[in-house]
Amino acid sequence: MFVQAACSREHELVPFSRDVQAPHRDGIGCVLPRAMGVAKASVAMQSEDPDWSDVLVAVAGEDRSSFVALFRHFAPRVKSYMLRLGSEDSQAEELAQETLATVWRKANRYDPTRAAASTWIFTVARNLRIDAFRRANRPELDPEDPALVPDAPPLGDAVVEQKQNAERIRSALSALPDEQRKVLHMSFFESKTHSEIAVALGLPLGTVKSRIRLAFGRMKASIGDSDE
Amino acid sequence: MALHTHPTHHPDDDLLVAYASGDLDEAWSLLVATHLAVCPICRSRVEAAETVGGALLENIPTDDLADLSDDALERALERVAATPPDFVGERDGSGSLICKSTSTVTPVLPQPLRDYAGGDVGELEWRRLGSSAFHIPLVSGRGAPAARLLKIPGGTAVPEHGHNGLELTLVLAGSFVDDGERFARGDVETADTDLEHQPYAEAGSDCICLAVTDAPLRFRGPMARLVQPFIGI
Ligand SMILES: [Zn+2]
Repeated sequence: MFVQAACSREHELVPFSRDVQAPHRDGIGCVLPRAMGVAKASVAMQSEDPDWSDVLVAVAGEDRSSFVALFRHFAPRVKSYMLRLGSEDSQAEELAQETLATVWRKANRYDPTRAAASTWIFTVARNLRIDAFRRANRPELDPEDPALVPDAPPLGDAVVEQKQNAERIRSALSALPDEQRKVLHMSFFESKTHSEIAVALGLPLGTVKSRIRLAFGRMKASIGDSDE
Repeated sequence: MALHTHPTHHPDDDLLVAYASGDLDEAWSLLVATHLAVCPICRSRVEAAETVGGALLENIPTDDLADLSDDALERALERVAATPPDFVGERDGSGSLICKSTSTVTPVLPQPLRDYAGGDVGELEWRRLGSSAFHIPLVSGRGAPAARLLKIPGGTAVPEHGHNGLELTLVLAGSFVDDGERFARGDVETADTDLEHQPYAEAGSDCICLAVTDAPLRFRGPMARLVQPFIGI
């Protein structure tokens, strides 16, 4: 009933082609050969905030100056994230360094059609934080599993679409009522389960869950994902 | 080659958000990750939630940013030098990634569930549950949420039960009907505290599900009450 072709992956497509689509990825992204084709080493040299996806793609091309720019921007943010989640200063520093080192090591898996650079770096930091705190095992899907149901192919330019979606989510986030933004912030930046947020805010668990659903519903609506 | 149909019953958004933020218990994470393997819709929702995480990282006010040690960059570069960039997959002469999968059949249990169960459905040692059903505990509770595989023969009812907490059931094979709604491969049923329900597996193949509960079930039927102390669920 669930028989598939011998290989459900599409990696055998020729890399560097603009038409390659790579529907498989792991928790932090996927090798995307086409990413190499758009590497621009110069992007890191701009004084304004550069497009961090381009910088990250350049890091995948082993561009050291791009890595330095990426490090200067993101390492203090990742350290702040670790501190807010309860790390001691020395551990937060270690985790920030390790996160950025991992970003370089795994940059060849970064897929700009799937995630903004900040999104992808967040997932790397989150996974290292979970490993370090051993709060619980976190099973992850395997992008190479033959049972994986692939994504529908993108309709337009997938990188452009990703950037638009990330922008829409950012504006939806800044337009949220304070009480909704607060619960989202607490789930991501205080390592609190929804029950713990409920206790911290003195609210019923159901109220916390519904605020998260309302807030996230606006994020989804901003990218055209209406429920069901 | 089967047409892929997407699941129509998804986990609630608060679970997907908790999965994305990294604060979901192991048993719930197992269910969410397994559902993600068969549900591109929820994969994109988790990505949207991760985008929120990335945006919050970007939005930390500059004044609040932590100070790094002076040699932080050098030490990060040393870490990179100590463990060079990893390779994902092997490439052939033309640079294409070589596909290592030789499987021609899609496993019934997607990853990461297959690892937890110790194999695909044909390779498992099922334990009897009541008179006709079978189960395999995967993540045991001890106060935390518990996960187990259930196998209910087609055409039979799951023992009638209520909940002290939340129960999520992800269908992997066969199908069941509960309160007029049908759940098939990839679908997730969310059953709340007050729900008394008696799902039944539709006639035909065995219904195989991953069931996660955050509190022990309360079984209703006399038979179920008899077996409950033995099976410890
Ligand atoms: Zn889904």
